[in-house]
Amino acid sequence: MHSSLLSISARYLSQLLFVLSLVVLYRGHNLPGGGFIGGLIAASAILLIALARNWDEALASLRFSPLNIIVTGLSIAVLSGIPGLIQNGAYLTGEWLPFFELPLLGKIKLGTPLLFDIGVYLAVIGSTIKCAHSLGMDIDESA
Amino acid sequence: MPLLPLILFILVAAIPVALCVPRLPKKLRGCILALPAALAFALLAGPVAQQVLEAGSLRFSAAWIPQLQIDFALNLNGMGLLLALLVTGIGSCIMLYASGYMGDHPQANRLFAFLYAFMLAMAGLAMADHLIVFFIFWELTSVTSYLLIGFNHQDADSRRSALQALLITGMGGVALLAGSILLANAGGSWYLSELVEQQATILAHANYPGILGLILLAAFTKSAQFPFHFWLPNAMAAPTPVSAYLHSATMVKAGIFLLLTMLPIIGGSRAWFITLALAGGITLLLGGLFGLKQDDLKKILAGSTLAVLGLLTLLIGIGSDKAVLAALLFLVGHAFYKAALFMTAGAIDHETGTRDTRILSGLRKLMPWTAAAAILAALSKMGLPPFFGFIGKEYAYKASLYSEVGGLLTTVLVLGNAMLFALAIRSGIVPFINKPNTDALPKPRPHEAPISMLIGPLLLATIGILVGLAPQLIQPLIDSAHQSIAGTGELSAVKLWTGINLPLILSIVTVVSGFLVLKIRQPINRGIQKLSFPDADEVYDKVLAQILLFANWQTRLLQSGYLRNYLIIIISTTAGLITLKLLKFNDYPLYDGVEGLSAFSAVISVIMLFAIGLAVFTKSRLTALIALGVIGFGVASIFAIYSAPDLAITQILVETLSVVLFAWVVYKLPVFQEFSSKRTIRFDMILSATMGILTTILLLKSEALDMGNSISHQLSEWSYPLANGANIVNVILVDFRALDTLGEIVVLSIAAVGVWALIDSQRQKPTKK
Repeated sequence: MHSSLLSISARYLSQLLFVLSLVVLYRGHNLPGGGFIGGLIAASAILLIALARNWDEALASLRFSPLNIIVTGLSIAVLSGIPGLIQNGAYLTGEWLPFFELPLLGKIKLGTPLLFDIGVYLAVIGSTIKCAHSLGMDIDESA
Repeated sequence: MPLLPLILFILVAAIPVALCVPRLPKKLRGCILALPAALAFALLAGPVAQQVLEAGSLRFSAAWIPQLQIDFALNLNGMGLLLALLVTGIGSCIMLYASGYMGDHPQANRLFAFLYAFMLAMAGLAMADHLIVFFIFWELTSVTSYLLIGFNHQDADSRRSALQALLITGMGGVALLAGSILLANAGGSWYLSELVEQQATILAHANYPGILGLILLAAFTKSAQFPFHFWLPNAMAAPTPVSAYLHSATMVKAGIFLLLTMLPIIGGSRAWFITLALAGGITLLLGGLFGLKQDDLKKILAGSTLAVLGLLTLLIGIGSDKAVLAALLFLVGHAFYKAALFMTAGAIDHETGTRDTRILSGLRKLMPWTAAAAILAALSKMGLPPFFGFIGKEYAYKASLYSEVGGLLTTVLVLGNAMLFALAIRSGIVPFINKPNTDALPKPRPHEAPISMLIGPLLLATIGILVGLAPQLIQPLIDSAHQSIAGTGELSAVKLWTGINLPLILSIVTVVSGFLVLKIRQPINRGIQKLSFPDADEVYDKVLAQILLFANWQTRLLQSGYLRNYLIIIISTTAGLITLKLLKFNDYPLYDGVEGLSAFSAVISVIMLFAIGLAVFTKSRLTALIALGVIGFGVASIFAIYSAPDLAITQILVETLSVVLFAWVVYKLPVFQEFSSKRTIRFDMILSATMGILTTILLLKSEALDMGNSISHQLSEWSYPLANGANIVNVILVDFRALDTLGEIVVLSIAAVGVWALIDSQRQKPTKK
C-alpha cells in the first residue's frame, strides 16, 4: 500500500502537525490544549509518516529513540516538582518566572507547570510511538 | 543527642562497620566487631540505667507522621532496660565469638551485618512506646532472622527453615498489627505507657477477645509456643552464633517480652490465664520430650529452649506478682546459661567437626576451658545451688504453688524442670566426661578453641554463678522491671537461700526425677514413637501445599489468559457491585433526562446506535473498526456539545490513533470466523445488556444525589489567581493535581515498555510446533 499523494503530502503535513502540537502544548494553560493533547498530535504526525512511507523514516524524523524520549519526559516531569519543594516545601507546587511581554506573542508566562506539561508531552509521544512501533513493525517488514 | 536514639544510632552505624570487618587484620577483628555492641551496652548500663532506675523510665519522642498520629516515641522502662541489656551484653559476647567462629568464611561480613541489624531491631523493640514503632521493630526482627537462618543459602534445608520461620513469625507480625489497631481503638491511645492505665476499659471492651487472640498469636509465633513450636528446632540450620543469639537468648524472648508488656494492659482475664497456661504447659513438656530424643547438641538445646519458653509463658499466664518475678529471674538465668551452652556447642563443633553426643566424650582434657564454661552453664541450667538457675526455679515453684490449680501447674513445672535437668546433663556435661574417643571424630586431634570463642561463654557462665551467689547485684534491675509490669507490686529481696520449704523439697524431687528421666530416656522415646502424634512440621508442609494449591487454582481461574474471560470477570463484578448499590439507594428518583437532551445530541445518539448495531453484526473486521471509530467520534461530539473541549479534543485524537493502530494490526489477524456457540453469544448479549442498563440507571439516579458542595466551582475560582491559568482542566492536570498526572504518565510509560517487551519477546521466540 503505497500512495504517492499521501507520501508527499505527509512530509508537509507532519511538519505542520508538529508545529501545531507545540502551539497546543503552550497555549494549554489558558485555552483547550496541553501536554497530553499536544503529545497525541505530535505522535500522530510521526504515525502519519510511518503510515505513508515506512517506520525507518518515521523513527529517523523523531531523531531520538522513543524510549529515550519517555525517560527524558518523565525526568523533566519529576524534576519540575523540585523548585516548588524548595520554595514552598510542597512537591510540584507551581513556581513562576516574572511574566514579560513579547511582540506578536503577547504576555509570556514561564513556570514549572509548563515544564511539567513538557514532560507529559514527551512521555505521551514516546509511549504512543513505542506502542505503535511494537504493534506495527511486522507489517512494515513483510510489506 | 538524647541517649536512646544515640544507642540506636550506634547500632545502625555498626552495620557498615561490620561489613568491612573481614578486611581488618585477624587480631583486631573481634575487638572492632564487638565494640559497637559493647558501647551500646555501656551506655545502657551506665547513664541510661541510672535514669531509668531513678525515674522509672526514660522517654524520647520525635515527630514522624503527624498526620496519622504516629511519632517515633520511645519509652524505656525497667523491663525494656533488662531486655536491652541482655541484647547488647550477650550481643557483644556473640560478636566476639562470631568473629572467631566464622573465621575466613567469604561471606562472614554479611552475617555480622545481619547480626547488627537484628540487634538494632531488638534494642528498638525494647524501647518502643508507640504501637506502630513496636510493630516495625518486631517485623524487623522477623526479617533479619530470616536472613540469618538462611545464611547458608546454598543449602535447601536452610532455605526451607528460613522461609518457615519467616512465614510463621510473619503471620504473627500481621496479627500484631491488627491487634495493635484494635487495642489502640479500645484503649484510646497508641502509647503502651498510656494503655497501662486503661486496663479495665480494655478488658470490658467488646473487641477484647479479638485483641487478646491477635496479640497472643503474635507472641506465640515469635516465642515458638505450641502449636507454632516447630519452626524453632528447624531454625538451628543457622550458623551457631545465630542460634546462640537469636534462638535462645533474644529473638524468641521478644514474644515473652510482648506478653510481659501486655500483661498489665490486656492480661489478668480468665482467657489470658487459660490460654497461656495451656500453651505454655504443652510447649514445656513438648520441648522437653523433643530434646530428649535428639542426639545433635544444638537440637537438644533447641528442645530445652522450647521448654523454657513454655515455662515462661506459663508463669506469665499465672500473672501474679510472684509469677512475674519468677519469670524475670528465669528469663535472665536462661539467657546467661543458654547462650553459653550454645557457644560451647559451637566450639565443640568447630574443633571436632561433629555435634553428635553419641560420639563426643572426654573432651575435658582436650578443651579444658570450653569444658569449664559448658559445665558451669549446665549446672546453672540444672537448677542447682548456688547458680542463678536455681533461684529462677525456686521462685517458679513458689508462684505456681500459690496459683489457681496450683497442684496441676506445679506438677507440670516439676516434670518440665526434670527434663531440663536431663537435657542439661546431656548437652553440657556428657561430651566432657568419660574417656576421649578421638578416633571417631571427623576432625583428628581436636584442641582448645581460639580465645575469641572462649571469652563469651566463660563470661556468661561466670556471671551465672556470680549473680547466683549475690543476687543483690541485679536486684535493682529486676525490681525496676518487676515494677514496670506489676505496677505497685510489693518488692521482696531475691535470695538464694529461703530456708527449708516446699519449693526446696520440689527442687530435690526435680533433681531425682531428672536423673530418672535420663535413665529411662530410651523407653520414653520408644513410647512416644508408638503414640505417633501428627508431626507439626508435616502439618505445616501440608497446609503450605494446600495454600499453594489454592493460590494456583484461583490464579488459573482469574488469570485464564483468555481476553473474553477477563472481560466477563471485570464486567460481572462491576455489574454486581452496581446492583448492590442500586438496591441500597432504591428510593432515589430516576431523572427523566428530557430537558438536557438537545436535538443535535439526539441525532448523534441515533448515529451512534446505528454504528453500534453495525459493529456488532458485521462480518468484516474493517467495517467493525470503522463503526467503532464512529462511536468514538460521536462521544467526542457529545463532549463538545456539553462544552468540554479538552475532553473532546483528546477523545478525537485517541480515537484516531486507535483506529490507525488497529488498522495496522488488522492485517495480521486471520480471516474473520464465527467460533462462538449460540449459547456463548446469548450469554455475552445478556451480560452486555445488563451492564448497559445498569450504567444508564446509575447515571439517571446520580442526578438526584446531593453530593455536597462541588469542588469544581472552587477550583475554577482558584485557577487564575493561584495558578495563572484560565483552562481549569489543564491547571488541574499540571498544577493542582500534578502528582496524579505524574503517576499517570509513569503508568503510561510502563504500559508502553510492557507492550514492547511482550510483543518483542513473542517475535524473538521461535515458533513451537
